[in-house]
This record gives sequence, structure tokens and C-alpha cells, in this order.
Amino acid sequence: MSVVGPHGPFGNRRPLDSGESLRSSGPPPARKRFDSAAAKSSSIALVSSVVVFTVLAFIVVNAPGWPSVQQYFLNEHWFWYSLPKIVDAFGVNVRLFCTAEVLILVLGLLIAVMRSLPGPVFFPVRLIATIYADIFRALPSLLIIFILGFGIPGLGIAGVPTDPFLYAVVALTLVYSAYVSEVYRAGIESIHPSQEAAARSLGLNRFQSLRYVIVPQAVRRVIPPLLNDFIGLQKDTVLVSSIGVVEAFRESQIIEGAKFNSTPYMALALIFIVITIPLARFTDWLVARDRRRFAASAR
Amino acid sequence: MNEQTVAADTVVAGSANAGVPAASTSPALEVAGLWKSFGDLQVLRGIDLTVAEHEVVCLIGSSGSGKSTLLRCINLLEPIDAGRIIVEGNEITAPGVNVNRIRRRIGIVFQSFNLFPHMSVLSNVTLAPRKALGMSKVQAAAEATALLERFGLADKRNEYPDRLSGGQQQRVAIVRALAMKPDLLLLDEITSALDPELVAEVLNVIRELGRGGMTMVIATHEMGFARDIASRVCFLDQGTILEQGSPSDIFSRPREARTQQFLQRIIEAGRL
Ligand SMILES: Nc1ncnc2c1ncn2[C@@H]1O[C@H](COP(=O)(O)OP(=O)(O)O)[C@@H](O)[C@H]1O
Ligand SMILES: [Mg+2]
Repeated sequence: MSVVGPHGPFGNRRPLDSGESLRSSGPPPARKRFDSAAAKSSSIALVSSVVVFTVLAFIVVNAPGWPSVQQYFLNEHWFWYSLPKIVDAFGVNVRLFCTAEVLILVLGLLIAVMRSLPGPVFFPVRLIATIYADIFRALPSLLIIFILGFGIPGLGIAGVPTDPFLYAVVALTLVYSAYVSEVYRAGIESIHPSQEAAARSLGLNRFQSLRYVIVPQAVRRVIPPLLNDFIGLQKDTVLVSSIGVVEAFRESQIIEGAKFNSTPYMALALIFIVITIPLARFTDWLVARDRRRFAASAR
Repeated sequence: MNEQTVAADTVVAGSANAGVPAASTSPALEVAGLWKSFGDLQVLRGIDLTVAEHEVVCLIGSSGSGKSTLLRCINLLEPIDAGRIIVEGNEITAPGVNVNRIRRRIGIVFQSFNLFPHMSVLSNVTLAPRKALGMSKVQAAAEATALLERFGLADKRNEYPDRLSGGQQQRVAIVRALAMKPDLLLLDEITSALDPELVAEVLNVIRELGRGGMTMVIATHEMGFARDIASRVCFLDQGTILEQGSPSDIFSRPREARTQQFLQRIIEAGRL
């Protein structure tokens, strides 16, 4: 048996069973034609990528300003000098992200459930939740971080905490829970009303049917879009440097100020890329998997 | 106010007419002067229906005649416009009644099963006894397992609904309703979404329940089934019960022209 197999190296990797090899004299294998077309198109992609990137690199490296850009942004010495310090400071971003994320998941769900309560009795609850979601989606995160981080301690009320980290957590939680509540709400609304009818018909009350039937299904459906929002949150943690939290971006600024070199920003960029791309890929994979599942279960 | 008085009269008249032997207990279900519209569309136009304990009433009628709406109103899943619904002597449409407590006593099974897809069969069945009746997890599981065994589903207790055939799913839905020990079971075209070869297994479950004395109101298109199981058949037409009687009366000697036309169409479709 050949190692490569009859369909070529990119072809069908499924081990051949005897039945299939016996049938090899049968009708012309359509798959073979398809596979060689696929192999051809992937080699075209490879060649064209190499050409495009070589040309781009050539243009950049030969640009008149390249030596100074290289000196100020891509300096190897300052890269290795700043990387450990920035990684260290990135710990603050991670702590901020993790604390805010937990709060956002809880508050976002609360707002979404408040907006989903039906009937005239709950009108004020829905109104409050709607105003909340509207206002905090309308305002830029940076503005809220500023207003809370400088405004509240600025009031000078005795006993009000002054730790900017705290205000950073609160500001990001307020902004992102407004977004996340919309994601949850879309999830809740995507659950067919017959599920609620089934739950209520068994004597569960409105809250119990949300709690045990609607929300668990909704949450499963919204995990991919939630992850997308969290990629945004991860990046927005740098905004809190504006109220004096010394996190990775602030640390990069400090190094830049001291050493007159911007390479630290590139180190930070690299950290974000390393952290975010796997998460983005994972999210895409989840979305694709859910789409396949939906296609399989839809009848 | 006026409406209430009229409705009250109809109840008395309705129960006198139904020919149910006067038992010491009240009927399992009385519906009196029930009206229901969706926007401008009047779906139920003065329904009067009395169901005695242990009686099996089949609702037949063409699609859109209001069978599902009637069942959903009885279970208070739809608010009604006028009329009264009385279950074992208690008016459940009175203002201020606890609808959740009413629904625990009235089970409903839907055409589309509506199992909870994120829960195993066992959890589907035990959820309401645990959360609505406050039964312990152990007791709920024991009772659910006994019911699942009785309907040949014991080996499916840990499966998820999407791993079951339509017939199995519908039997789980029936078990889920029975786990609440309802006094009255409403079945809404429970075999209409099933492949023909799976219909019998579900109808046999209902036959067994009927023999066990379960009071049921069944909307169905399975005329053969209605003929053997029903104590009484009601023909719904344009939101009213146009004709009712024993299965042999309705199927062999229908009085109303519209009932005759409906049955004629069913016969032509090969379903009787
Ligand atoms: N939620 C609803 N909103 C608006 N119209 C409805 C709704 N449910 C049922 N209807 C309408 O009410 C009529 C009766 O429906 P239904 O009770 O489902 O009849 P059946 O079960 O006898 O086929 C139909 O015309 C249907 O379109
Ligand atoms: Mg129907």
C-alpha cells in the first residue's frame, strides 16, 4: 500500500478499507478531480502570498524613513528591555479583565432578565433596564472611565475610595454589561415561546421558567458572541491608564518617556496579539460548530 | 357584570344538558360561554363544554377551528375575553387565582413535544415536581423512573431529547405531564408531528391512560382513535361546538351538514 494513497497527499486521509479498493475499478472518482483542484488552488495561494508579502516587505524596508522607524519602534535592545516589565504590568490588565468579566456576566444577565419580564406590572423594571442599556451603550468607554475615575473621588466625600483600579472595574463593568445584556436578550428571545409555554403549563412560575428553561438554553447559544465582546473588553483595559492605573499601556508610556524609544508599544502589541488571536480563533470555531449543529438539527 | 350573570346561567343550563349522571362531586371541567379572539379574529365564540371525571372527550374539526386555542385557554396559557372555566368546582378564571397552582393540576401535551432540549429525559420529567411541588430530588427521580418504566422508556432516562425518536419524545412529554399527577390531561394533536409508524406507540399510551380512568380532553385528527377511546366527541366549527355526542352518533349519524362535510373530507383523505 502506498503511503500517499490514491488521492494524493492532500486527498482523502481515511484509511482505505478493502471494499473501497475492490471498487477502484468502478466509475471515475469524482473526488479525485476535486482533490487535485484543491491542491492546485492551495499552491496558487501559497505562491501569491509569498509574492505579495515579499513586495510589501521590499517597499517598507526601502522606504526613506525606514531606518528611523526601525530605530524607534523595532529596536531589539529596547524590546528585550521592556518586554518583562510590560508583561509584569499586563498582570494588572488581566486582573482588571477577570474581575470586570465576572461582574459583567452577572450584571448583564440581570439587565437582560429585567428587560425580558413581560406584562404591565414589570413596566418600570423594563424601563429602568432599557434606559441603562441605552445610556451605557451610547457613551464612549473612555468618557465613563474619566467621569467615574476623576468625578467621584473629586467629590471629596469622606470614606469614598480613591483607588483608581476600583473605578476602572466599575466603569468597564457598566459599559460592557450594557452590551452583554443585549447579547443575552437576543439569546433569550431566540428561544421559541413554546419552551416557555411548556414550562408554564407544568406549573413553573415565570421566574422558574426563565431560570431553569429559558436562560440555560439562551446562555449556551450566546457564548460565541459573548466571547467576541470579551475580546473588546480585553483591549479596552488599556483605557484605564487615563485615570492613573499603572497597567501595561501606562508602563509602556513610562518606559518610552524615560528611554525616548517607542519599541515598548510594539512589545505590548505583541502581547495583545498573542493573547487575543487564539481567543478569536476559538470563537470562530465555536460559531462554526454551532452553525453546523444547527444545520444538523434543523428539520 | 351582565356577562357574569349570563355566563352563570349557561353553566347551569350546560351541565343540565350534558346528560352526565349527577354525581356527588362536581364535573372535572366546565367551560361556559368562552370567547377568545386574537386581534380582530374571533377564534372561540361561546364554547360550552362539560367533562365529567374519567371522561375522555375528543375534539375534532378542521384545522383553524380553534381546538388548540380551546386547550390553551383551559390551561390558562391564553387569557380569555369572556366566559368561565371551572375545574372541580373551582372557578379558575376568577380574578386573583394562582395560575401556577391551577396549571399543576392540568397537564397539557403539545403537538411539537416541547421537551427541554438542554436536559436529560429524567430532568425533563423531574423539573416541575421538584421546583413547582417542592418534591425532593430522590423522590422525584424515583417517581419519574417508575413512570418511565411503565411507558417503556426506562433505558432512555439519561438520554437527551435529540437522541430520541419522535414517538419516544412524545411519550416522554406525556410522562412529564403525568409526573405532576394532573387531574385533567389535555392533548393537542399529539401524533400530528410523528411519522406514521410511530403514531401507534403514542396512541397506545393514551389508550392505557384512558383505561386507567384519566380524565382527558383530546384534540385529534386520528378519527379511528377518537372512535375507540372517546366517551364523547365534539365537533368544533368556526369557534363553536357545532355538534357533540357519542362516537357512534358523530361518526355514523352526524346531524349537521358541516359535520358530514368534514367527515366526508376525512374519509376522502383516507383517515377514517
Ligand atoms: N397566538 C395567535 N395569534 C394569532 N392568531 C392565532 C394564534 N393562535 C391561533 N391563532 C389563530 O386562531 C385560529 C384557530 O387556531 P387553532 O386554535 O390553532 O386551531 P386548530 O388547533 O383547530 O387548528 C387560526 O386561525 C389561527 O391562525
Ligand atoms: Mg391545533
